[in-house]
Amino acid sequence: MEETILDVRGLRTSFFTDEGEVKAVDGVSFSVPKGKTIGIVGESGSGKSITSLSILRLLAENGKVVDGEVLFKGENILDYSEKQMRGLRGNKISMIFQEPMTSLNPVFTVGQQISESLTTHQGMNKKQAMAKSVDLLKLVGIPSPEKRVTQYPYELSGGMRQRVMIAMALACNPEILVADEPTTALDVTIQAQILGLIKDLQNRLGMSVIFITHDLGVVAETCDYVAVMYAGQVVEYSDVRTLFRRPRHPYTIGLLKSLPRPDADQEKLVPIHGMVPSPFKMPTGCRFAPRCPAATDLCREKLPDLFDDGEGNQVRCWIYDEEWPGPKEVDVFGEERIAKG
Amino acid sequence: MLKYIIRRVLQTIPVLIGVSILVFSLMHLIPGNPAQIIAGEGASEQTVRQIEERLGLNDPIHIQYFNYMSGVLQGDLGNSVRSGRAVSDEIGARFWVTVELSFYATILAVFIGLMAGIISAVRRYTVADTAIMVIALFGLSMPNFWLGLVLIDWFAVGAGWLPEWAKLRPSGWGDSWRQVILPVITLGTGGAAIIARMTRSSMLEVINQDYIRTARAKGLTDRIVTYRHALKNALIPVVTVVGLEFGGFLGGAVLTETIFAINGMGRLTVQAITQRDFPIVQGAVLVLSVLFVFVNLIVDISYKLLNKRIDLN
Repeated sequence: MEETILDVRGLRTSFFTDEGEVKAVDGVSFSVPKGKTIGIVGESGSGKSITSLSILRLLAENGKVVDGEVLFKGENILDYSEKQMRGLRGNKISMIFQEPMTSLNPVFTVGQQISESLTTHQGMNKKQAMAKSVDLLKLVGIPSPEKRVTQYPYELSGGMRQRVMIAMALACNPEILVADEPTTALDVTIQAQILGLIKDLQNRLGMSVIFITHDLGVVAETCDYVAVMYAGQVVEYSDVRTLFRRPRHPYTIGLLKSLPRPDADQEKLVPIHGMVPSPFKMPTGCRFAPRCPAATDLCREKLPDLFDDGEGNQVRCWIYDEEWPGPKEVDVFGEERIAKG
Repeated sequence: MLKYIIRRVLQTIPVLIGVSILVFSLMHLIPGNPAQIIAGEGASEQTVRQIEERLGLNDPIHIQYFNYMSGVLQGDLGNSVRSGRAVSDEIGARFWVTVELSFYATILAVFIGLMAGIISAVRRYTVADTAIMVIALFGLSMPNFWLGLVLIDWFAVGAGWLPEWAKLRPSGWGDSWRQVILPVITLGTGGAAIIARMTRSSMLEVINQDYIRTARAKGLTDRIVTYRHALKNALIPVVTVVGLEFGGFLGGAVLTETIFAINGMGRLTVQAITQRDFPIVQGAVLVLSVLFVFVNLIVDISYKLLNKRIDLN
């Protein structure tokens, strides 16, 4: 068994708005093995970004983790004081964001911004921190780092800025890097470079990565494990090979069917009909039931748990439970799955 | 940077020419014959003609403008039609009084406005925030001639703590700081309110930016995030307002100086207007306009220093 560095259990995060409580994350569990990459996949609004912000407690003011545990090396960091959390952020757990164009402060130089982590967490003086910043820029593959370190973000391209973000995040040798759609805003060629860089640095520095993305191609390329999220919940968790070879949750099956794949015998792409439910009007039963071709009355009435198959893979679907009322052989988006019941 | 400053300075030249044309034509479009005023009500036709001739009032207006401007460039703003003294001397004696008054008012407005705005933004939606914003609304709504009178009534006439006038000598504010307090509060309150509201909304906007989240993700304290990362960005629009406020104070000084009997440019202008002493009015408006343009030049340069993204070159 691999050593688990971060374990998220039953995480629930809500936003309290004038229109009422929005359960953005509603029962998310996954674990991050040391040195491995876990992908969190889902479409916009599925709660994947909120999950990552909840881990670091960087939510907007009206957002609150209402239930669950986030165990970092066995300690529940949701119980940490704000001061203890600050000791973790940027030091043990770092984060990079989707928008490199706006994620750097426009009025400080690149060097000043990287140095801050070092002076805050490592007790370096400004001169030492600046020298280390140059090394870090070199590490993330920025040419002529001595010059770049004195430049302002507006003087850098999007790809460069994301490299700076990564340099900043890695400044203190974190044990976990949370990457929230780090390549979404970049050109495809730059995307590949950044993905390669993260992978390479992970191998060199031995950190774990939580990779948040909506892009299954990126998942296939970078992740060891995958948690698929739908409407604020994890609907499937498994290792990446299993997920692509034999997805089990109808949503995952649908996602893969709607994706063009050169390796599979696809006649045409199958879309998932319907829309993600509004957070104000969540279905009472399984949240995917209104869009699921195999849904039964049970699915519409009762929310399934995450069922474990005993091999560390989990799925939130009634098909894989004894109570399943439907046929033994279930047709899901043109694929056949054998029900457990 | 140097290139930018030079360019920006050169840009003020057409502005200043425009301002001078405007001021000059306005004075000449106002009905009433200055020669008649100088000569007095009962003067003969011939005396008036002679004065007109002496002042060059019969020349075409563009010649008059040209003559006036060639004087101005040599530091000659003409002579007062009342006292006969040089306008530049009349203004020179009072210029620094008004600049000083406006300067103190600006310092007050910036200091109070920034503090109040930051507190409001950091403690948004709390009682403190609401209280500050209500007070700011009051400050903004009060006309300063009224505020001045109320302050005089309360603190000078009523409590007797502070003088109700400011006796200013040409050399400046002189010995008594106590004289400065009420006029500065009168002039600066409105500006403080505007800066407070501006700072608050600017801070609130900045606090929701991605780079603030990045700063927090680095594990920085709230203090550093607020005062280092947020404030420096939030100040950028505030600087513009401060510059405009200083200009506004120069104009606002007209009322404040009148109320507190301060012998500054404002009071000089008001007196000159009532006496139809047009060379003084013209000179005073011109000097204030030039000062305003100059202040905005400084604002633009500091803007550029604060905001590295602005690239006008």
